[in-house]
Amino acid sequence: MSWLASVDPLFAHGVTWVVLLIVAIKVIAGFSMLMGGVILMIWFERKAISDMQSRIGPQRWGPFGLLQTLADGIKLILKEDLIPAEADRFVFKLAPYLVLLPALVTFAIIPIGGTLTIAGHPVMLQVVNPPMGILLMLAMSGISVYGVMLAGWASGSKYPLLSAVRASAQMISYEAALGMTIVTIVLATGSLSVHNIVAAQAGGIWHWNIIRLGFVPFAVFVIAITAELNRPPFDVVEAESELVGGFHTEYSSFRFAIFFLAEYMNTITMSAIIVTLFLGGPAGWIPNVSHLRWVFPIAWFLVKTVGFAFCYIWFRASLPRFRYDQLMDLGWKRLIPLSLGWMLIVAGFLVAKGWGFMMAAAVLLAWTVLSRAFDLGQTRESGVDAVLPVVGERPLPGQVLRSMTDEEEG
Amino acid sequence: MTAAATAFAVPSVLVFFTSATLIVVGATGVISLKNPVHAALSLIMTLFGVAVAFVAQSADFLAAVQIIVYAGAIVVLFLFVIMFLGVDRREQVSVEPLVGQRAFAAAGVVITVAGLITLMARSHWVTGAMSVSNGGVPIATGQGNVKELGTAVFTTYLFAFEATAALLIIAVVGAVLLARRERTNQGEETGS
Repeated sequence: MSWLASVDPLFAHGVTWVVLLIVAIKVIAGFSMLMGGVILMIWFERKAISDMQSRIGPQRWGPFGLLQTLADGIKLILKEDLIPAEADRFVFKLAPYLVLLPALVTFAIIPIGGTLTIAGHPVMLQVVNPPMGILLMLAMSGISVYGVMLAGWASGSKYPLLSAVRASAQMISYEAALGMTIVTIVLATGSLSVHNIVAAQAGGIWHWNIIRLGFVPFAVFVIAITAELNRPPFDVVEAESELVGGFHTEYSSFRFAIFFLAEYMNTITMSAIIVTLFLGGPAGWIPNVSHLRWVFPIAWFLVKTVGFAFCYIWFRASLPRFRYDQLMDLGWKRLIPLSLGWMLIVAGFLVAKGWGFMMAAAVLLAWTVLSRAFDLGQTRESGVDAVLPVVGERPLPGQVLRSMTDEEEG
Repeated sequence: MTAAATAFAVPSVLVFFTSATLIVVGATGVISLKNPVHAALSLIMTLFGVAVAFVAQSADFLAAVQIIVYAGAIVVLFLFVIMFLGVDRREQVSVEPLVGQRAFAAAGVVITVAGLITLMARSHWVTGAMSVSNGGVPIATGQGNVKELGTAVFTTYLFAFEATAALLIIAVVGAVLLARRERTNQGEETGS
């Protein structure tokens, strides 16, 4: 029983009915928080974007249009459920749930407040604190690729298929940079557990990972996670101008609603993950009020998370979409080397200052060699059709012919 | 059996049967389903079953890595290739690409299974130790066994670890070299 207690102090006195009840309440509270959050998030996004574009936005249903999402949900459920004739029926029906499940599970590991005492039991305000900790988030973001991929493939239609291929390549590419930044955090914390990651950031803004690890891992993490979410400016997976609606073009009714729900759940969860990993989670200033001290960590957590959710909306309203090859270049040539190098430097400084500076010098050297290699690779002269040039700089067929004949003469 | 092991006997049996069912049903699906995409989905199910079994053995880190690496990356790449090559249709299995392939495969299965059974009967089949359990108590408790695993990989098994790393790098360099072959129309090499 002792190992159970070391996972969560709630189980210190054995698993009784009271403990099970507390666990059940935590699960239901987490679930309803996420669901309620999605409704508010969709409304918030529509309102914020319409403000940025000088429109009014939803206003008919409820005060300030707050019930617009509910109305949309009811409309979607009452619509006809279509399955294309060419679709793989089993996988087509399975895919939405494969998107929804990781979105729900990831939220479970986020600590939204401190520790309460209910009926003599210490209760962490976190649905579960597994020993594998933050790796669960990586595992779930790995699984969420399947929903998108299989939805695209199973639709039996060409644009969803293209979207599925893009999604699989994009999400795998950015997962590497994501994993590398998480390794940096785990190195600095010395534990995988999300609870310990938050605890290590307590005690003032200078202990938050965003400052303690240097700004770089934070920047890499935010970019990589935006790409994982397929949100603008990395939404090539559902690029309307190229792929109709992307992987969910053929979906309608409730299945489409599930995709929509999962996307917003993921946005909220990932904002919360960023807050947990880099901004100290529920850490913040607590006034000296008796009996209400536990409310303030939750409030801080919510404020920070909403701030990040707003940043995502801001990205969407202001940044143009990346082209697919630019997206891959950014992932493989910039973010992965950068996060790897920064991880080595942080690891060096954790051992000793001397090692840190040595690592920094080594990383600088490697960076120079790598950028020289990129340079050589881009300007290398080779056969006419060895490597296709970037779309905008591709020569017209006539020019290619002329260059070939010129070469033969010369 | 210690108190901890007895107290969780019933749940652990349930967990074992759940994971075993996942593994066996998934593995059977991989070889019996005709559609490659469905087979890949069954493979994911098997991988999840193995991850559950790892968690039941308190190997949380291995379970997470199992999902992140195998389910999250490798099978995704399988599906990627299946989608790109368009082999998402029922395969013709009546023709034998290599003559005598089936007989060799059967012999290989018999030898592998016999070897596994012998190893399992005589000792623990990976490390050669008779038992991995530490008297019913998990070796690492609570916060996972990452530290023990890291120490083992970077001290006892350092050579194997570095050899694997080198192998993977060689595979990547080889793949890049094959994919970026210089193609020239006149059969002459231009540039560097």
